[in-house]
Amino acid sequence: MVNWIWLFFIVCGFVIGAINGRMEQVTEAAFEGAKTGVSVCIGLISVLVFWLGLMRIAEQAGLLQKLGNLLRPFIRFLFPTIPKDHPAIGYIITNMSANILGLGNAATPMGIKAMQELQKLNGDKTVASADMCTLLALNTASITLIPTTLIAIRMNFGSANPTEIVGTTLLATLIATTAAILADKWYRYRHALKPPKE
Amino acid sequence: MYALISTISMWAIPVMIAFIPLYAAFRKVPVYETFVDGAKDGFDTAVRIIPHLVGMMTAISIFRASGALDMFVSAIQPLLDSVGIPGEVLPLGILRTITGAGSLAYATDLIQEHGPDSLVGRIASTIQGSTDTTLYVITVYFGAVGIRNARYAIKVGLFSDLVGFVTAIAICMLVFGG
Repeated sequence: MVNWIWLFFIVCGFVIGAINGRMEQVTEAAFEGAKTGVSVCIGLISVLVFWLGLMRIAEQAGLLQKLGNLLRPFIRFLFPTIPKDHPAIGYIITNMSANILGLGNAATPMGIKAMQELQKLNGDKTVASADMCTLLALNTASITLIPTTLIAIRMNFGSANPTEIVGTTLLATLIATTAAILADKWYRYRHALKPPKE
Repeated sequence: MYALISTISMWAIPVMIAFIPLYAAFRKVPVYETFVDGAKDGFDTAVRIIPHLVGMMTAISIFRASGALDMFVSAIQPLLDSVGIPGEVLPLGILRTITGAGSLAYATDLIQEHGPDSLVGRIASTIQGSTDTTLYVITVYFGAVGIRNARYAIKVGLFSDLVGFVTAIAICMLVFGG
């Protein structure tokens, strides 16, 4: 599906850019986009290095495992195929906690680390496992308690009540996450019946 | 409630940075060496994501600059207007899924233009705050481990974006009055 989405963006962009006579902008945008991609990754280096270092300490000290034991029923429900006491569990929990608290720069490294741990359990290294898809679903929906950036923006533009959207955001994010979990469960069930096709 | 949660958010990281090494030291873990050892992976991981992110960002950037995005939006806008939903929020719904920075810029623009306490401003805030950028998350997370076949993950992500978008509008119209 990524192949199709990617091709769609590029071909659509080319055709419509040609119709609109915006070839110059399209060329510029292509390289501007590439530059953005690299600079986002460069920005990720510092947070990844820092958090992966700190989390290795937590792992060695047995903290991640403790956290995993605490929330076992919950993890069992969402990720039925991860063996118990596997390090992936601790990372999944820290990833989700960071998301919930709105700590974006901590959430991504933990999520990536969790993916790497799940990859160790994965039979086919190029095809996403069911647990990987579940972790992704949780992260794309991403439950957020406090949308801090939005509150700051609303304050900036002189809102009478900048935090009034906390409730609506929380409800919307809860419903979106529930939808993600249900859809994930449905596909997990369907794919368990028939093996994935290439 | 808000004050409590924002205090927790503010304290969470400093507490973790102090607590984890302290606890580990009690458990006789060589903290500094362990940190450096774990941190080594960070660089490689970040570098491994570059091709994935460059590919995706380039395509999205072309799509937006060509005017294709605007065309899609103006095609669907009348449909939303006819059911009383402010059509200005539609581009945000589409942008939210494909680019985090782009949708934040657009949401900020809507809030500025219509005022933070208008219906459009509130809907924009709710949409922007309630989901994450599906394409970015998939690109980064799967790119970092070299997954090429994402199976149904994209469908699930897009579906939850759609649900989030629709509920954000519905809730705001109910709570703040349409």
